[in-house]
Amino acid sequence: MFYDILVYGFIQSLALVLMAFGFSLVYGVSRLPNFAHGAIYVLTGFVAWVFFKQAGLPYFVAAVLAIAAAGLLGVLIYYLILKRVRGMEVSEVIATYAIGLALLEGLRYLGFRGSTYTLPPALDGVSFIFDVPVDHQRIFLVVLGFAMLATIWLLTKYTRIGRALKGVAQDERAAMMLGIDSDVTAAIAVALGSMLAGVAALIIFPLGSLVVEEGYKVLIYAIAVCVVGGLGSWAGTVMAAFVLGYSQYITVAYGKPHFQMVVMLLAIIATLIIRPSGFFGRQKQLQERV
Amino acid sequence: MSEPFKQRRRERIDRGVKVRSASIYALNSLEEIGYLLAPRMLLTCCFLFMPLALSPWPYWGRVGLSVCILALLSISFDFLANYVGLVSLGGAFFYGIGGYISAICNTEFGLPPFLAILVATILGAMICTIALLPCLPLRGIYFAIVTLMYPLLMIRLIEAFDILGGTEGFRGIDGFNSFWTEQYGLVLGLLVALFALRRFVNTDAGLVVRAVKDNDQSVRASGISVTRTKAKAVFLASLTGCFAGAYYIHMYSNVGISSFALDLSIMPIAATIIGGSGTLVGPVIGAAILVPLSELLRDFGSLRIVVYALVLTGFVVFRSEGLMNFLTRKYQQIERWVDIR
Repeated sequence: MFYDILVYGFIQSLALVLMAFGFSLVYGVSRLPNFAHGAIYVLTGFVAWVFFKQAGLPYFVAAVLAIAAAGLLGVLIYYLILKRVRGMEVSEVIATYAIGLALLEGLRYLGFRGSTYTLPPALDGVSFIFDVPVDHQRIFLVVLGFAMLATIWLLTKYTRIGRALKGVAQDERAAMMLGIDSDVTAAIAVALGSMLAGVAALIIFPLGSLVVEEGYKVLIYAIAVCVVGGLGSWAGTVMAAFVLGYSQYITVAYGKPHFQMVVMLLAIIATLIIRPSGFFGRQKQLQERV
Repeated sequence: MSEPFKQRRRERIDRGVKVRSASIYALNSLEEIGYLLAPRMLLTCCFLFMPLALSPWPYWGRVGLSVCILALLSISFDFLANYVGLVSLGGAFFYGIGGYISAICNTEFGLPPFLAILVATILGAMICTIALLPCLPLRGIYFAIVTLMYPLLMIRLIEAFDILGGTEGFRGIDGFNSFWTEQYGLVLGLLVALFALRRFVNTDAGLVVRAVKDNDQSVRASGISVTRTKAKAVFLASLTGCFAGAYYIHMYSNVGISSFALDLSIMPIAATIIGGSGTLVGPVIGAAILVPLSELLRDFGSLRIVVYALVLTGFVVFRSEGLMNFLTRKYQQIERWVDIR
């Protein structure tokens, strides 16, 4: 039982990192709460399914195309909508949420419901870690989660675009004075966040089936992880994912699966009441409370 | 040399009758009294005659009542968002709490519907205010996120602990004894809520509430507790929301976790933004547009949510003033193009 929790809690935590990192990245760089995150996650899954099953492309090609589509959608969302309401927080939330709603319910209308839609796992087979059976897709998830974190870290450390993202995240005005275009960076951030959501979808969906409801769930999970870790704090996101991943798995192991969501919702409410900047974020007293 | 580029701008000037009727001179002539009263009477009469006009078609009568329910929820959202500065994405929380309390009062304690609604409105508003009290210091997006989670948490708690009737909810709640009491009870409730809130925001207490939105630091500097002011405003808003929820469950005789559903939080926002935010009347107009529209789209299933969401996005991004602010401008001002020299 103990090793069970240790191994599967770890996997759950990395799944949360994958789900939440895109949201955190976008908010961290350009202070845009992308409430369409869950919808983009689900949409990428379905796009990959269409390319793979309907068009008959090889799975790898379908996955790459789907992720590219997610990135393109992110750019479109930024230039058509978010750019016009930037700075008005509430309009940002309402507009992105409405787009997410339109995408998810549109998919439902087009007939993508039920458990008939599945993506194949990238790897088959089962291994034993501490005598706990773990299928290879979950191991792949862990490896890819770490690979993704490493890529983001290298990107923000050694490439021009990555450094620009980091600069805007730290101080937007100073970055603009040094010639970094704030709009282009924000669009890149939204595209990158959407692509990360897409990557997460393609790794996590093969573990279950493709359903529209997953979009709402992923959005809440992403918000929970980001809020507990501190909105916009990237290191906080990773740490919060581990805290929440383990607490989720422990509640499921000892209670009903219903509690999985209760844990997340309670975590959001409690964090915002006690410490709105999150447990790993920097305090910004006046921005968030009076 | 090309011709110098001629530019024009739109000049807006208040109508004479508006300027005169803005003060006590309104009492002088019938024309000016009429100018002030006409829009108010138009709205009131529309709602008072609506049940009479719709009585031959009971189905559309119910749709008319749904307009009133959504209008109440939207007024509550508009008041909180544009007069207090608290953007609540959880209107369904007020609605569900009101509904459940009324259901319990009616089925467990046998209170007649109107008494149950009264108890649910007041008790529900107290419970909502106390539940939201710890979040009141939060601002902007932080408050929006936390309120979005409240109704979702209620759904999950009811499912997980199987309390309050579990996923089944309560059934067999008493309905109203006639078509006319059902219709006029709600229409009067809506008109009272609308005009009372409009009056409230212009009183001294309302001035403090609006000041919290504009500059909470100055309110604090004046020695007034920001949180207490916000709590009072939340109480008023949740009175409206709880009344809507309590009334609705007596119309359909059952209540379930769908009372906390996400649509009930999103629809009022859509109605407010389409109707015109910050006017309190705008949300009513928005509701009167959205509900019949959604009835017409009922056959298309989830497509209607897509339509809503797209209309909402369009208004947020391109026409954020909404219908009511546009109409007010046309009613009160004349516009003309003037050349810039």
